[in-house]
Parts: sequence; C-alpha cells; structure tokens
Amino acid sequence: MKKVLAIVLAMMLVLGAAAMAETVKIGVYEPASGDSGAGGKQEMLGMQYANKETPTVEIGGTTYDVELVYADNGSSTDKAPSAAQNLVSAGVSVVLGSYGSGVSIAGSQYFADANIPAIGVTCTNPQVTAGNSHYFRICFLDPFQGTVLANYAAKELGASTAYCLGELGNDYDQGLLTYFKQAFEGLGGTAIVESFPTGTADFTSYLTNATAYGAQVFFCPVSIAYSTQIVQQAASQGATFPILGSDTLDSNVVAEAAKGTNVQVIITTFYQEGATPEFDEGFKAWLNEDSEAMTNNGGNDMISAVSAMGYDAYYTALEALKAAGTTDSKAVMEALPGVTLTGVSGAIAFDDTGDAIRDAAFIKKINNETGEWEFVTEQTVE
Amino acid sequence: MERNINRKRIDSATIISAAIVLCLYIAVFIAEQILPSTSMLFTVLKKGATYALVAVSMNLCNGFTGIFSLGQAGFMLIGAYVYGIFTIPVISRADVYQYYSGGLVQFTLPVFVAMLLAGLAAAFFAFLIGLPVLRLKSDYLAIATLGFAEIIRALFQWDKLGPVTNGSNMLRLFPTFNDFNIRGADGQVTVYLSTLVPLLISGVCIGAIILLINSTFGRALKAIRDDEIAAEAMGVRLASHKRLAFCISSFFAGVGGAMLAMYQTTVQAKSFTTAMTYEILLIVVIGGIGSVTGSCISSFLFVAASEWWLRFLDQKQMIGNFEVPLLRNGFRLVVFSIIIMIVVLFFRRGIMGTRELPDIIRGWQRKKKGGASK
Amino acid sequence: MWNTVFPYILSGISVGGQYALIAIGYTMVYGILRLINFAHGDVFMVSGIIMVYMAASGAPLWLCIPLVLILTALIGFVIERVAYKPLRTAPRMSAMISAIGVSYTLQNLVLYITGGLNQIYPTIPWISDSVTLFGATTKVVTVVTPILTLILVVALVLLINHTKIGMAMRAVSRDFETSQLMGIKINSVISTTFVIGTFLAGVASLLYFTNYTTVIQTSGAMPGLKAFVAAVFGGIGSIPGAVIGAFIIGIAENIIKGLDIILFKAGIIPGPMGLATFSDAFTFALLIIILAVKPTGLFGEKTTDKV
Repeated sequence: MKKVLAIVLAMMLVLGAAAMAETVKIGVYEPASGDSGAGGKQEMLGMQYANKETPTVEIGGTTYDVELVYADNGSSTDKAPSAAQNLVSAGVSVVLGSYGSGVSIAGSQYFADANIPAIGVTCTNPQVTAGNSHYFRICFLDPFQGTVLANYAAKELGASTAYCLGELGNDYDQGLLTYFKQAFEGLGGTAIVESFPTGTADFTSYLTNATAYGAQVFFCPVSIAYSTQIVQQAASQGATFPILGSDTLDSNVVAEAAKGTNVQVIITTFYQEGATPEFDEGFKAWLNEDSEAMTNNGGNDMISAVSAMGYDAYYTALEALKAAGTTDSKAVMEALPGVTLTGVSGAIAFDDTGDAIRDAAFIKKINNETGEWEFVTEQTVE
Repeated sequence: MERNINRKRIDSATIISAAIVLCLYIAVFIAEQILPSTSMLFTVLKKGATYALVAVSMNLCNGFTGIFSLGQAGFMLIGAYVYGIFTIPVISRADVYQYYSGGLVQFTLPVFVAMLLAGLAAAFFAFLIGLPVLRLKSDYLAIATLGFAEIIRALFQWDKLGPVTNGSNMLRLFPTFNDFNIRGADGQVTVYLSTLVPLLISGVCIGAIILLINSTFGRALKAIRDDEIAAEAMGVRLASHKRLAFCISSFFAGVGGAMLAMYQTTVQAKSFTTAMTYEILLIVVIGGIGSVTGSCISSFLFVAASEWWLRFLDQKQMIGNFEVPLLRNGFRLVVFSIIIMIVVLFFRRGIMGTRELPDIIRGWQRKKKGGASK
Repeated sequence: MWNTVFPYILSGISVGGQYALIAIGYTMVYGILRLINFAHGDVFMVSGIIMVYMAASGAPLWLCIPLVLILTALIGFVIERVAYKPLRTAPRMSAMISAIGVSYTLQNLVLYITGGLNQIYPTIPWISDSVTLFGATTKVVTVVTPILTLILVVALVLLINHTKIGMAMRAVSRDFETSQLMGIKINSVISTTFVIGTFLAGVASLLYFTNYTTVIQTSGAMPGLKAFVAAVFGGIGSIPGAVIGAFIIGIAENIIKGLDIILFKAGIIPGPMGLATFSDAFTFALLIIILAVKPTGLFGEKTTDKV
C-alpha cells in the first residue's frame, strides 16, 4: 500500500513538473474563517479575478505562470504564525494580505526572517509598516481615516457628541477609535469610547448608552459580523443617530441589513463602484459565472472595496516581479519601493515607510430603499 | 501501580530513555544546521515544545492530582503578558505602546528572568484563585477555573490598565526564539539554535515535573487523585497539597505562555480563549491522562497534524484530472475532530495510558528475556 | 433614574429568557447524569444553522419551524447515544471530555459547511416587528421571549411532577442505581431528558436568532457558557433555579453594559470608566463568588458525600 502510494505521488510530481511551465508563487495570507472571514474572502475574490484575467507574467524575458498559494490565518493571532510559515516554506516570492491589521503584524516577523516582502491590502493600522522594510501597503492609514471620519461627523453631520464602540482586544477597532477621538475632540466635540467583548450579539444596551449620552453620531469601526447586528438592532430600536463606520463596513452584507429601515449608515472606503466600468463589468460577469465566488461575495454581485483593493494588490505584485526581473523574493523586496501603477482604486506609489501615498478617501452611504451603497463625496484632509 | 513505588532506583530502562531523549536533541541540532530554516518542521517543533510543556503542566493538575482545571489559557495569558511587558526593548516601547505614550514600565529584564517571572506571576494568580475555588468538586471547579480565564482576559484588555498591558493592542518586538540564533559579526546566522533552545527549556521544565511526580509529594498527589478521603486518612494534607500542585502547574503554564509569546512573536489577549484550553485538554487526553510521555508525544503529533500534515485537506487537490471531493477550507478541522472523537470514545486510554517511556522499555526487556518468566 | 435603567432591564429580561431556555437543558442533564453537557450551546447553534439552510431551500416557515425543532431534538438524542452512553460507566471526567469533543466537532462541522461565513437568519413575521414599550423601542420577540419561557417552564414542571416519565426522571436523578433496580428504563429516561433539553434549546435558538439574525459556528459558545453559569447560579438540577439564575444574569450583564452612564447620571463617578469591558467577566465573577459562598447555588439541594 505504502509503495503504491509512493509511486503515485512520485508520478504526480514528475507529471506535474513536466506539464507546468515556469511558475511564480504569490502567497495569499488572508482569513477565510473567524470574525474577518467574510471580509478576507471578498479580498481574495479580487485577487482571484485578477489572476484569472492575467494568469501569466513576464519576468526577465521568461513567461511565468502565476500560482496563488493560500494560507488561512483564521482572523486570529495565534493561528497566524503557522499560516505565515506555511507560505514561507511553500517558497512564495511575495505575499498579499491581510485583511485585518492584527494578523498582519503577527505574521510580519515570519516574512521578515525569510526576506519575503508583503503587500498589505486593507490593513490600515500604522504599526503594520512602521519600523520594517518588508511590509508595504496600498491602502490609506487609520490616523488619516479617523481624521476624515471625525471631520465628517463634526462638520457635515454637525455632531458635538459621538458615541464610539469597538471590539475589545481588536487593535484595528481600538486604533481607529483612538484616532477618531483625538481628531473629534480636537474639533471641539466629546467622544465617549466603549468596548464590547468578542462574541457579543446583543448590542441593544450599547445603543441605549449612546442615546443616554445624547450622542448625535454612533461610530463603530467593527467587523462585518458585528456591524450587521448593530445596524439591525439600531433599526428595531428606532435609533435616530446616524451610524458612522470605517472601511470594514463597506460590504453588501451591511447594506442588505440596512435595506428597508430608517438607519443612516455612512462610511469611508477605498473604492466606489462605477469608478472603473471595465473592472466592474468584468468582475460582475465573473461572479455570475462562478457560483462559489458568488457565495463568497455574500450571494450577490455588488462589488466591495476590498475586492477592488485585492485586485490592485495582485497587479502591484506583478509590477514588482517585473521590476525585479527575477522571482527571488529579496530582489522583489528591493524593487517594490519603486513600483508605481494606476489601479482601479487610484494611483499607487509608496513612501519611505512603505505606505501608499493616498490623500483621499471615498465617503459612501447606504440607500435604505435599494439596499445599495451610494457615493457621497471624496474627502481629503489638509 | 505497585511498580511506581519502586521507581527511585535508576535502572537500565531509565538510562536508555534518557539516551533516546538526548539523541533526539542531537538530531534536532544537526537538522537545524543542515535544513533550511524556513522548513515547517522547525515551526512545528517550536510550537510542539511549547504545547508539550503546557500539556504536561495540565496533566500534573488534571491527570496526577485529579483537579479538573480548565484555566490553562488564563495562566498562559498571564505568562505571555508578563514576559512581553518586561522584555520589550526600551527603545521600542514608544512604538508598541503608541496610544499610551510609551507605557509605564521603562526597563527591560533578561529573557530567562522574565520567563521565570512569567511563571511566578501565573503561580501567584493561581494561589489567589485557588483560595475559593480549590474547595469545589470536579465539575464546579472546571467551570470556575474556566470563568477565571475569561475574567483575566477581560482584565488584561481593559484600557484603564493600558499603560501596563497595552489594552486591546498587541505586545510585540520582544525577543523571540530567533534571537537564540548565534550571529556572526556580519549579521549572518552562524549557529542555529532557535529550535533547540525552546526544546531545551521545555525539556528542563518537564524534567522538573517528572522529578516532582516521582517524589513523595508526587505520590501524595496520586493518592489524592485515587481517593481523597483515603488519602486524608493516611495523613496527606488535602488543602495544602492541592494548592501547591495547582500553583506549580500554573507556574509551568505561565512559562509555557511566555514560550508561546516567543513563538507567536506577538501577544494579544484575544487569542487566549477557552478554545485554546480545550485544545490542550484534548492533547492531554490523546496522549493519555496521567502520562508525561504521552502528553509530549501527542503535543508534537497534534501540532504537526493540524499545522502541517493535514493542511492539504483545506485546499482543492487534483489527482490527474480528478478533483478530490469534499476538500475545501475547514475540512482539515472536521477530519481532526473526528479523529479526536474516535480517540475519546474508543481509545479512552490515549496513546500511552498511564505508562511512561521507561515502562515501555522495561516491557521490551522483559519480552527479550524470553517468555519463561511469563 | 428609572428611565435610565429601564431599557437595560428590558434588554436583560429578553436575554435572560433566552439563557433560561438553554439553561434548562444543562440543568436537566446534569441533574440526571451529573454531566456538564458542553455541547449544549453548540446544539443551539446548529439548530440555528438548520433553520437557515431549510429556509434557503424554499420551504415555507410554518413547515420549517416544527421541522427544525424535531431535528434539533433528534440531534440531542443522537449525541447522547453516540458520545455519552458508551461512557456511562467511565469516570465522570471522560464524559465531560467527550462533551468537549462533541462541541469541537459540531463547531468545525458548521465551519466547514458554511465556509466560516455569517449566515443570515430568516425573518419570522410578527415577532421580528418593532414595538414601543414604556418609551423604549424593541422587537416583539423581546417581549415574547420571557412570556414563552415562563409558559414552557410551567409546562415542564407539571410534566416532571405529574406524569409517569416525570416521576421516573426524578427517581433517576435522586439515585441512578436504585431506580434501575426498581425497573425504570434508564436509557429511555435519559434519552427523554436529552430530547426535552435540546428541544428547548431549539426554541431558544428560534427566539435568539430572530433577535440577533446572524449565525456563525461560534454563536453558541458564549450563550451556552452563560446559560450554564445561570444553571449553576440557580442551583444545578433545579429548573426554577436555572430560570431565575438566567434572568438575574441577563439583567446584571446588561446593567454592567450601561453601568458607566447609570453611575455617571447618578453622580457617583465623574466620567466613563470603561466598565462595560467587564460585562462578560462579571458573569463569571458572580459564578466564582456564588460557588465560594454557597456551592450548591441559590436553590440547589445539599448533598453529602458518604464514605
């Protein structure tokens, strides 16, 4: 039995090697389960679509097939190290991800030790790229996002008291709350910050708190699972304040939750559907073709910003590989700072710390009748 | 059982066992110098070493003393945090404690001192919680310690304690296993020790636990496990013995927590959940409740299977043009839980039962001597 | 003051009702088998998942609801037969470990089937509507839950006190071996207990997920744990105790969530303290305190170990 198995395995290896042309591996370091599973899957969709669109890349005169290698970091920092190590031992040239800053930081050291560069897609915490030379990112940062939101709350919504709620122990939530509070209080408002334990389903008491504090805006930069709960419970409580969210809320699932209610939901995000029609059409066509992709997108063909970002990240990686002229990860790392391209979410270029140079965020809100996201404005901060 | 009492004498089986362990260490050392350091093998060994220590410490409590404690994740959390808090280099503190202006603690302790402190802190908390809880009967004790772990988790995330614990944000940039590697003047690693050292730390701690189990104190603990009332009648002081066993077990869980921090390179209270305790409990059960050797073997098997060998189950696999059905994300865990249920239901004694490595060698020796003695 | 506190009490009663229905399952099983059925919270979650898939298959709700309840009870029956019955003579720890194993298996199975994505629970008409009560707006289900809980509990108490199977249950929980000698069919009594317990968990899942609308593999863990705490708090083995314990815990938990604002408005603390952080931890602190002071819970019977 063992012998047969060994022969079969050996045959597979030989056949595999013969059939495949040169292959370059790109690691996909994303959560497919856990709290951020839904977001992670949507981010992966962008990469998968881009991979389908451009499955090969020319590096140093040879055409390589691009293979996406997946590792599920489970949205949890204790599963992250082995997921990261899996990618490293699979011999990837560059890593994309992750959705969620905590897991990105937790995996960071493993990529650094192996000299593999990582391109953060939507991890917005400053700590991801600070103090290292291998982590890059193509999205904006929390201090920026927090300030944009605080400005919007104070100036556009005219709020003077904001109730801010985040998940306990989630450094994405807590970081953004801190920056929001700083900026909001700098504008003369009062911000009350509270946290809920992981796994909470009942947010009615927190909504009651917001009302009791006389808050004019409810800021909750929490993951999709919690934000749908908050939106629905706010609706059934008849909450009058608008709900303000961050990029994590930009999902069709949240929009569905607000459909047919009176709850106003306003968020900042990276991408607005309609900005690049070719991408939108192609992506939607692909979703409608591939039923598994459709399920992972939450059952309809609305485009989430994270998908667009995943798409851009994939092309950034290809550009870096081209610029490096080799699949050696160290060369890719050295080539990355010089990479520039125009993605579907805007122009991408890196600064000295490896962060994207971006000075604008899109503000969107939910149309309560259609259950879709609507573009409000593009906001910059001076 | 009777054989255990005579174990003070060092026989050939004990020496052979020690030699086997030594050989394994040498093999790891050589492998580390030869194989690329990115191999999954080393990740598994590092995590396995950590889990082995924690599993043995849990076994000391649950298997040898009969205190059914489910607070392991809580004690590991304390250990991991204490280690992290005291070893982050002072220059990095402003980065880590970015929302708490550098934090309160402004000095750094050597790695091994911090690990010791991690264990002591866990033991101290165990002493405190032991006062009300250890009087309880089996299941009540289990649920109370479980609750304790949840309380600890909330406490460490409270933002009013942020200047010390960094609140909800993770601790990072402290020395990790890779810092055990010896580097030459040019920054290149000359001798790889990042896997050997954790195995050694874990080995020394487990060795200490074995000595303890085989001492008079250890025999008293087993007496408590087998029959509390009879043990008390024989003059074993129940309360103090139980408390001491609980504290010692927590001490090593704390050290294990510090090791986990080094393995993960970051610490976040959120990941020390009840699920982690359950995982360790299942390791103990698979290895055999009441066997140190069993806990060690099953830790490495468990980690290797879940992090490495079974990972292919999570992805689509093609054999020629045939796509293997069922394989997709999450299948690994399903297979895993079914294996665990089979062990729990049909192989209740686990891999080793209550036997240890020397016992097995003695068995072989007896067989070799011939069936005459039968 | 009352206006500030009332909405929290309302939320607490609603949550408490749901915990109560889960807690009954724990307390009944413990009463008879002396086993903490760690998988009970997960059965509650699985019941929610079955409902999601059944509704998605297009079956009408009036058919889904009874089917889900029957299937849930069936799962409870199967779990007992497969995972607990073979271990009945084994040490108590083995059965508890088996329960933890079942919980682990159920969670992983659901993770695999759903792909780790949140499942949206179908809307059940009428009880999903909003209603205004004494100036606080909430869903109808919030009001229905405690009432339904009380009705079910009364029915259950009647069943236990006035029927033959109820008498058998009481006998088994008092003395396992003797009742066996008296000709009581132990296996069918235990199975009935599991069926009733999981059936109530199924009802709880209907109410709970109508309120919170998303189901994920970890949805059952926390409610399950808290319901267990409620059962211990009220004195495990006692059904009224479990219900009262559940309401106390539900209300206490929600008041903790609003404690900052309540204390602030009452002028006791100068500003927010972040006490809401401890809403879960408080439940467990309460548990440790009650166990230390009165190990048998509020209504538990005193037992003495005979040598």
